[in-house]
Amino acid sequence: MNRTIKALLYPYVVWIAMMIVVPFFLIFFYSITQSRPDSPAIFRFTLQHYREFFKTENINILSKSVILAVETTILCLVLGYPAAWIISKTNVNIQNMILLLFILPMWINMLLRTYAWQVILSRTGLLYTDTAVVIGMVYNFIPFMVLPIYTAITKIDKSLIEAANDLGASSKEAFLKVVFPLSMPGVITGIVMVFLPAVSAFAIPRLLGGGQYVLIGNLIEKQFYLLNNWNFGSAVSVILMILILISMRFMRKSGEISGRGGAILW
Amino acid sequence: MVKGLKIQHKIYLGLMFLFLYAPIFVLVLYSFNTSEAMGRWTGFTLKWYRELFRSDVIKNAFYYTIICAIISTIVSTVFGTVAAIGIYYHKKRVQDYVLNVNYLPVINPDIVTAVSLMLLYISVGIQRGFTTMVLAHIMFSTPYVILSVLPRLQAMDPHLIDAAQDLGATQLQAVRKVIIPEIMPGIIAGMLIAFTMSIDDFVISYFNTSGGVTNLSIEIFNMAKRRIRPTVNALATLMVAVIVMFVFIINRIGSKKKMEYRLKEDEK
Repeated sequence: MNRTIKALLYPYVVWIAMMIVVPFFLIFFYSITQSRPDSPAIFRFTLQHYREFFKTENINILSKSVILAVETTILCLVLGYPAAWIISKTNVNIQNMILLLFILPMWINMLLRTYAWQVILSRTGLLYTDTAVVIGMVYNFIPFMVLPIYTAITKIDKSLIEAANDLGASSKEAFLKVVFPLSMPGVITGIVMVFLPAVSAFAIPRLLGGGQYVLIGNLIEKQFYLLNNWNFGSAVSVILMILILISMRFMRKSGEISGRGGAILW
Repeated sequence: MVKGLKIQHKIYLGLMFLFLYAPIFVLVLYSFNTSEAMGRWTGFTLKWYRELFRSDVIKNAFYYTIICAIISTIVSTVFGTVAAIGIYYHKKRVQDYVLNVNYLPVINPDIVTAVSLMLLYISVGIQRGFTTMVLAHIMFSTPYVILSVLPRLQAMDPHLIDAAQDLGATQLQAVRKVIIPEIMPGIIAGMLIAFTMSIDDFVISYFNTSGGVTNLSIEIFNMAKRRIRPTVNALATLMVAVIVMFVFIINRIGSKKKMEYRLKEDEK
């Protein structure tokens, strides 16, 4: 009966087919083909780009990206959890103000914030080191950790904590056995939302790690901008996608994942 | 200020805010410094601001950023809202297909989305420039609009539209006069997300434009890559000022609303 209303969807279906599905398959296509240098229309199927990726130097780039992303995620969690917990305990009247102060820096362009760290780190001599890159990523992504954890903590039924206290739990025990386990969904969302941009970052490592610094994001950028090796670049992109899918699957098992990015900030 | 908190908690929050705001403070401070070398204060000046306003590159980038954000926000808000309404009235199976594809740009790393669009433009043979950048922005913002409108639709009383039709409204009238007002908060939230994402985007724009068309993020990246320059600080200071003003206005409106509610309470 709602034929007209249903039809409202069709333009969007055409659009996503064109702008999401086709480009998605193009990456796969480019990653398994190689065209002749003289005529791009003639191509053959090959796995050489994937083989190239598994050379030691590229595997080192991959593992370095993963290690730095894991370090960033752990730091965000360790620093962000107490912050989220403290914010949730503040007076309701000023809680929103504190949250706003937390989100505010995020509205400033990410590159400007990274540029600011360039200034600070160059004074301390840390610029162009792994530490600089991790600091820059923690700075940029920590709100993604704090906000979901804060949301999860505020959703916890207060009477559960009271019950724990009544039953003789110290506030420490109540936290460890009630609050922390119940805030796990927030923690997991936070981990995904920090790990994902951290492992694929390329502007932060470029600006804080220097021109020679290569993480997986920079490796992809180099193929498309510098070397014009789109096929290898596509293969690296596919591998990055698979890596992220695996880590999301892994995390999803332990909790519900809500949408990434701005959605949670509003 | 923060009542009921232990002193160590206050200190922790204080340190957190120091971490979050120190870099911004540094940016602002050195935009007024006479010396080009940052880190040494040599005196107050506004010359970097004058240089900024004279710079055609920055003006150009600013113009493209704003125009692109406005176009992509309008298009993605309308497009996303219409699509969300369409999705809502389809069977579960269709909904799942569309939403899964819709999720791709949300969960994919920006760089992969960027590269995939770049390959599309190259394969079709479209010269990358302003149009391709706007199309890319529409592509990555619309899913967020849908994700923010859809929950509103699901929370809506499904009988509303039937009632409207029983009262003689055509289907499109029912959409316009019943559904749209009902889901307005979701539409506005989606619009704000689309706008901020467009203004903030770097990676996707970076890969999908060329030929002198840039945006502020790309320009900042290019400048920061080469050399630290106080003009970037001046630009940052202005952007911070705009954001703070924006937040201040929103808060003012918020507290005015609060006052209105309080006054109403008093009248009772």
